[in-house]
Amino acid sequence: MKSHGEKLKQSIHPSGKAVAVALLCLGSFLGHALAQDGGELRFCLHSEPKTFDPLKVDDDASGAIRYLTGGVLVRVNRQTQELEPGLAMSWKVSKDGRQISFRLRSGVSFSDGTPFSAEDVAYTIQQLMDPALHSSTGDSFRSGAGNVETKVISPTQISIRFPAPVAGLDRLFDYVAILSERSPKREMAVLGPFMVSDYKPGSTILLKRNPYYWKTDEQGRKLPYLDSIRLDIQPNRDVEMLRFKRGELDLINSLDTEYFDKLAVTSPQLVHDAGASLDSEQLWFNEVARSPIPGYKKNWFRSAIFRRAISEAINRDDLSRVVFHGHAQPAVGPFSPANKIWFNSKLKPQSYNPDEALKELQADGFRMENGALKDKDGNEVVFSIITNAGNKYRERMAVLIQDDLQKIGIHVNVVTLDFPSLIERMTQSFDYEAIILGLTNVDLDPNGEMNVWLSSSENHQWNPQQKTPETTWEAEIDRLMRAQASSSDLKKRKEAFDRVQEIVVEQEPFIFLINKNALSAVSAAVHGAAPVILLPQTFWNAEWLTVSEK
Amino acid sequence: MSFWRKLACVVLALVLGASLAANWLAPAGYARQYRDATNAPPSRTHWLGTDEIGRDRFARVLYGTRISLLLAPAAALLSTLMAALIGGLAGYLGGIWARMAMAVTDLFMSLPWLFLLITARALMPLNVSPLVSVFVTFLLLGLLGWTAAARVLCTTAGSLRASDFVRQARAAGLPGRKLFWVHVVPNLKPVLYAQFWISIPVFILSEANLGILGLGVAEPMPSWGSLLKELEGLVSLGEEPWKFVPLILLVVVVTSFQFLLSRQEELAA
Amino acid sequence: MRSLRWKIAGHALALLATVLLGGLFSATLVRLAPGFDVDERELDPHLNATSVQALHDARHQDESVLRFYFSYMKRAAHGDLGTSLALGQPVRTLLRDRAPLTLRLLAVGLGLAWMLTLTLALSAAWLRLSVYDTLTTVVSGTFLCLPAAVLALLSVLWNVPGSLAIALIVFPHTYRYARNLLVKAYSRPHIITARAKGLGEARILFWHVVPVVTPQLLAVAGVSVSLAVGAAIPVEALCGLAGIGQLAWQAALARDLSLLVNITILVTLVTLLANSGADVIGHVIRGQEA
Repeated sequence: MKSHGEKLKQSIHPSGKAVAVALLCLGSFLGHALAQDGGELRFCLHSEPKTFDPLKVDDDASGAIRYLTGGVLVRVNRQTQELEPGLAMSWKVSKDGRQISFRLRSGVSFSDGTPFSAEDVAYTIQQLMDPALHSSTGDSFRSGAGNVETKVISPTQISIRFPAPVAGLDRLFDYVAILSERSPKREMAVLGPFMVSDYKPGSTILLKRNPYYWKTDEQGRKLPYLDSIRLDIQPNRDVEMLRFKRGELDLINSLDTEYFDKLAVTSPQLVHDAGASLDSEQLWFNEVARSPIPGYKKNWFRSAIFRRAISEAINRDDLSRVVFHGHAQPAVGPFSPANKIWFNSKLKPQSYNPDEALKELQADGFRMENGALKDKDGNEVVFSIITNAGNKYRERMAVLIQDDLQKIGIHVNVVTLDFPSLIERMTQSFDYEAIILGLTNVDLDPNGEMNVWLSSSENHQWNPQQKTPETTWEAEIDRLMRAQASSSDLKKRKEAFDRVQEIVVEQEPFIFLINKNALSAVSAAVHGAAPVILLPQTFWNAEWLTVSEK
Repeated sequence: MSFWRKLACVVLALVLGASLAANWLAPAGYARQYRDATNAPPSRTHWLGTDEIGRDRFARVLYGTRISLLLAPAAALLSTLMAALIGGLAGYLGGIWARMAMAVTDLFMSLPWLFLLITARALMPLNVSPLVSVFVTFLLLGLLGWTAAARVLCTTAGSLRASDFVRQARAAGLPGRKLFWVHVVPNLKPVLYAQFWISIPVFILSEANLGILGLGVAEPMPSWGSLLKELEGLVSLGEEPWKFVPLILLVVVVTSFQFLLSRQEELAA
Repeated sequence: MRSLRWKIAGHALALLATVLLGGLFSATLVRLAPGFDVDERELDPHLNATSVQALHDARHQDESVLRFYFSYMKRAAHGDLGTSLALGQPVRTLLRDRAPLTLRLLAVGLGLAWMLTLTLALSAAWLRLSVYDTLTTVVSGTFLCLPAAVLALLSVLWNVPGSLAIALIVFPHTYRYARNLLVKAYSRPHIITARAKGLGEARILFWHVVPVVTPQLLAVAGVSVSLAVGAAIPVEALCGLAGIGQLAWQAALARDLSLLVNITILVTLVTLLANSGADVIGHVIRGQEA
């Protein structure tokens, strides 16, 4: 049985954690000492939140609100990437990975004063596992057929049993905001540091301090320090930057690289580059047998030699330097080096070598004729890359790749499409040749990507929904992914996923291009901010932040 | 010929000439990427600096002019002719014809054509040449951009139908078709010229916006619209003034077109 | 009197039919466009096959355009305009909450655009100075050449209301029509003669020019409403104004059929009312003139 955090009693940051956390606390304390209590933090959400129900969250904006308002049993510390106690003071996962038991805090209340107990946790789990809910949070827990059983042992003790082992079970609870069973306010009664006070659709969401929030600081003062958070709904990044420069906003998450550089010149203290994030950008070819593209192109795309040659002919350093102004790292494989636990450190990024790429292609029967590459049947190597319009990084990467591949005689047409049209081609009609798209990773655990790597899955994008694996290496990935998912031994899981990463790098079904850096901007008025790579980057420690008067 | 009109002719000839001579005038091809000199300010090598991926902006302006300067006026002409035909004829015929034509026009103005354009893109192959794509885009713009002018033309033609000189001509036995072309259409010219002039920049900008649907000029080919889109990322006006050159050039060209049209307007008047 | 009533009833019926046809065409365009039956959430690797299927099924409820539209009309007759798939809220609430802002934006934007248009066009027609004409042509041409998104961004940069951005997007269109129509009117032989004989400018304007150009200017005014509605989309989206323009953009991106059909019906209604209103007033003026 694994046990975490049993010795931790109170609501402050756990002792013995990384020095960074201590520094952060010190920073926030000093900031707090300098600034007055209260104040309003203002920043933008880039889309309208689709729901305030934490169990139905499936978009970034709703996720941000869930993070700020939801009370969770355990919380992944966004800085150390380790699990910390939340509403649960301690927890245990059974050896078979099927059961988890929590010991809860007592004397905690929801934002409307309704007391919190194990009954609320049981109610939340029942709601979450309702087959009709279809939420990504709920589906993460579904590892096998059957019901989830909850057993309330006492008002502060509960155990939850799943029908099959769930890998990384405890970490999944970071996304489960506990609902009240009895509150008439339903999901608007929350256990997090803030609560939704006002919502003007399309305009703003005002979060107010939750007066019943359980956490206190070292001096015993109730958290959060802030009075309120004003979230403006603003999809346009240029407008967001304008307003930040005018002092109307305090934070920018996922800052544009050009704006980062401009701000770095005038106000270097405001910008933060936390290094490579978990997000990756990749290119892949359509390998779907039933797709409506010509047979000879399918043969190219299904050849690992062709894919590797393309990968070798792409100058990733230039992608990082030109497109991201140096604020990105050449990608290695499925996981970013930023994932401290799961990244396979033996792997290195693909080096840029167009001459070698051409040699490999020529060895495979391709030939150069008048500057154009042709396959052994005389078909000129021409293909299109589609990407979603409006994403300037992807558009620019596509143009750079177009230029790189021209050097080995391959002609690429770049087509930008609106997102729904792109998804339709990618998931239904399979009428495309190559795609550049990104994966936004919120999970550290590879189990979160199960549906990407299993060949039978809908999200196995290069060739989804295979009845049986069409290649031996996909069969091997299937086996390894299932093996790691059914084990609770972290070492064994790591070994299995390391091998998955190696196979993916050898076969290149996804040609990983870069891992973007986590860029952000924080106004000088905000104290205690310590931007990190994990979402929500700048406000992960919102309860500790203070804002001085502007 | 007035000074302004002469100047307009010279400007248009120069711009057209420069765009046609782009192969000789431009320091490099429009797609050449100077990856070590991205977002560069103007210099002796790059007169208008370089774009985000290091392509010479001057070369892109020259090559972009070819496409935009030839196709946008052609599409504007198409939409003007359609407006004249639909609006002018409906107004001239009057009654139920006018009502029906204007109902269709109003519908045209209100429908979300974005989805038709998305469907048009879906019907085209992905590996279509950039020239075909841009040609189809301007054709679609020409076919959809006639509505506002048609409405105004219908009213103008309606007024003309009721005017004394048309009544007299009709009473004198002038056939309807001749009456329309000889007496009605010339009087519609102020609106037609306005429509033609407005459509040129509107279509140039629309072409760039349609890039989000996979229509318009495909990379790496440049167009004025795509160059003007660079302005959308500016958060302060004084930062990179050279990015305004495509805008200034477009204003100059559009103004020159107006001077040429004003001659025709005077003749019509 | 009875025939007038029938005439009005006939026009109202035609208007209603056009509006409903607009809704049907809109639904058809949206339904036929690729990407209708997909959902961005399908790409979430956490969702299992059952949940992805559920997303598909939610979209496929609206598979037949005709069936969707008839059921929509049936519900609309009882005041239920459906629920937005993208925002999860009743369309009626969304439209009701956002309409006042858009109406205000359009009214002020159009008012400003027409003030600018008439001031510049009348002075251009009166003065007939080539320098002045060149200047107004360059000014209106510059605004015509500026992308709407840039104008909207500038309004945020300079902290001016979005209605000014709408005015500056609409004004170059209306100005060119109005200027050409007024110049044409002023170049009529009897007006040139009247001016030569020293008739007052105000008298020429109100007695000889206004009656001639009013029906056409009214037609331009009707059309300018459509232009302003189109301009409201980028302006609201960029300026963060929670109006119907912003809603339309969100609906288009999400292929939100219910929302799009309702917005199209609303826009068709506004367009028809503006243009028909302009026609009716034009007819009345022409009738009085005759």
